[in-house]
Amino acid sequence: MSLLEIKNLTVEFETSSGLFRAVDGVSLSCDKGEILSIVGESGSGKSVSMLAVMGLLPWTAKITADRMAFDGKDLLKMSPRQRRKIIGKDIAMIFQEPMSSLNPCFTVGYQLGETLRFHMGLGRAARRQRSIELLRLVGIPAPEDRLSNYPHQMSGGMSQRVMIAMALACNPKLLIADEPTTALDVTIQAQILDLLVRLQKEHGMALVLITHDMGVVAETAERVQVQYAGQKVEEQPVKELFRDPHHPYTAALLSSLPERATVGGRLPSIPGVVPGQHDRPTGCLFSPRCTFATDLCRRSVTLQPPSLGSALCNYPLVGGVPQNHPGKTAALAEERA
Amino acid sequence: MLRFILGRLAVLIPTFVGVSIIAFSFIRLLPGDPVMLMSGERVMSPERHAELMHQLGLDRPLYIQYFDYLGGLVTGDFGSSIVTKRPVLVDFMQLFPATLELSLCAIILAICLGIPAGVLAAVKRGSWLDQTVMGAALVGYSMPIFWWGLLLIIFFSGYLGWTPVSGRISLMYFFPPVTGFMLIDSLLSGQAGAFKSALTYLILPTIVLATIPLAVIARQTRSAMLEVLGEDYVRTARSKGLSPFRIVGIHALRNAMIPVITTIGLQVGVLLAGAILTETIFSWPGIGKWMVDSVFKRDYAVVQGGLMLIAGIIMLVNLVVDLTYGLVNPRIRH
Repeated sequence: MSLLEIKNLTVEFETSSGLFRAVDGVSLSCDKGEILSIVGESGSGKSVSMLAVMGLLPWTAKITADRMAFDGKDLLKMSPRQRRKIIGKDIAMIFQEPMSSLNPCFTVGYQLGETLRFHMGLGRAARRQRSIELLRLVGIPAPEDRLSNYPHQMSGGMSQRVMIAMALACNPKLLIADEPTTALDVTIQAQILDLLVRLQKEHGMALVLITHDMGVVAETAERVQVQYAGQKVEEQPVKELFRDPHHPYTAALLSSLPERATVGGRLPSIPGVVPGQHDRPTGCLFSPRCTFATDLCRRSVTLQPPSLGSALCNYPLVGGVPQNHPGKTAALAEERA
Repeated sequence: MLRFILGRLAVLIPTFVGVSIIAFSFIRLLPGDPVMLMSGERVMSPERHAELMHQLGLDRPLYIQYFDYLGGLVTGDFGSSIVTKRPVLVDFMQLFPATLELSLCAIILAICLGIPAGVLAAVKRGSWLDQTVMGAALVGYSMPIFWWGLLLIIFFSGYLGWTPVSGRISLMYFFPPVTGFMLIDSLLSGQAGAFKSALTYLILPTIVLATIPLAVIARQTRSAMLEVLGEDYVRTARSKGLSPFRIVGIHALRNAMIPVITTIGLQVGVLLAGAILTETIFSWPGIGKWMVDSVFKRDYAVVQGGLMLIAGIIMLVNLVVDLTYGLVNPRIRH
């Protein structure tokens, strides 16, 4: 049984111009001790689906799912009070902007101790001791002195370490990291990723890593789920995904990596942007930006079997060639030869 | 810290000079003079009038009168009333506790009702509760204070007969002032029913004086709270599984209090200005009524000295508010 199991999750927001569907029928599962990465551009519904798991979406959000379970318990049927016993204890989350995610009016010690007091019922001395231990664990020098610091006295990297320490406070079974390195310097990014992976191994917890950076995925993840415009378009183990992407969107994302570009050539990019509330196409949502799109794609789209990465595509790629494609298959095969 | 306080005090000097000029000149711009108003209905010969003006030193050139008054201020002499001949400072100290009691009760009422109302309105944004609170705040803020006071008197004192119309305590009770606060003194006197009487006299003026600060504090709290509730750290607090009460009451409110405290500090000026009207309506023997009476009598010394003392208090309170600010907001500790 998987630790986190989501089936057919849909999240819609009430806006002044009607309902906006941010997450559209996404399914996901994450096992104990596994690193699952969710990849996609901005606006692909990565964060929203995880915020739905945490119950952190604003009241304007309408959440429906066939199943949303953590550790066998159905999150949708829980009362808010029951859910708060799990949130912050068994499931913890860290966010994109460490500097604004810590409360500027309270010391690091207070914010760390809060979780320990409410979920573990630790006394003052035990909280202090555990807080120091946690700060040391995430690599903060002189943790005793840091406890009395306010967030504005710390750098971004340091703040993210504190956020990680706070998330780990109650030894969670699942840690959700929402673009944890996006707001940080490149050198600090690598340190934070290493730290997350090390802690994940040491504590045997599951890690859901939300990112738009394929480089981060390659370095950390075991299994990858690609999302586009609120839909899951592909799911594969990381090695297979990088070797043979089945969805044209995944392939395009990979080919836009600088590491993969030919020296001296122009870096390929995906034309256009993710469709929003008002320009949502029918059929395949990626069709307006896809090089292989046909009239069929503009009308409907097929879900492929797991052997083809559960790709949401009429003509899944195998070895870079779209299968059963009416026009391009012959031309492409010729080109490759 | 000491440097900060000294720096702030130094800035107050030009402000004091400005207030002294305004206090000195504005009362003299009004037609009439103290001697004329003292003579009342009786006819006074121009010779007698000139003689009295000379006795009071009011026939000297204005700049000499001003520097005479300024010189007194520097040495701590606020002058003596032209009418009663009592020193301004003595009268002020005697009357100020009444105003302070009324203002303190009003600001406490405004804070105790305004902050929870603002928080509730923000949390239940868009609901009927929010709309009721904000509608009431708008009405309270726009209502002329003297008219509101008269309405309350007509309804509660006149129609229902629940509260007395004017004064601080029933004439049946008499005891020497100890603290100057009627609520405390009535308790200290040990006379049965005295405290209750003082309380019934205090209720209506307190409500009238609290109305505008209450409306301002509620609106400010709501908007500060709405902004703070959308911040990332509130999401972090929710992600810890904390109770909604703790998220709103501790994590959000502490941040929202920063602008609210500034607003409360600014209300001190509003309170003292409001006290002038409220005390006049309810015949409350405080400095507000004292100032109004002095203006009518053209008691130059009292108006000048009283204004300087009131200005001094407002500036002092604002300094204290600025220092409190640092306690709430760790980012600007001095």
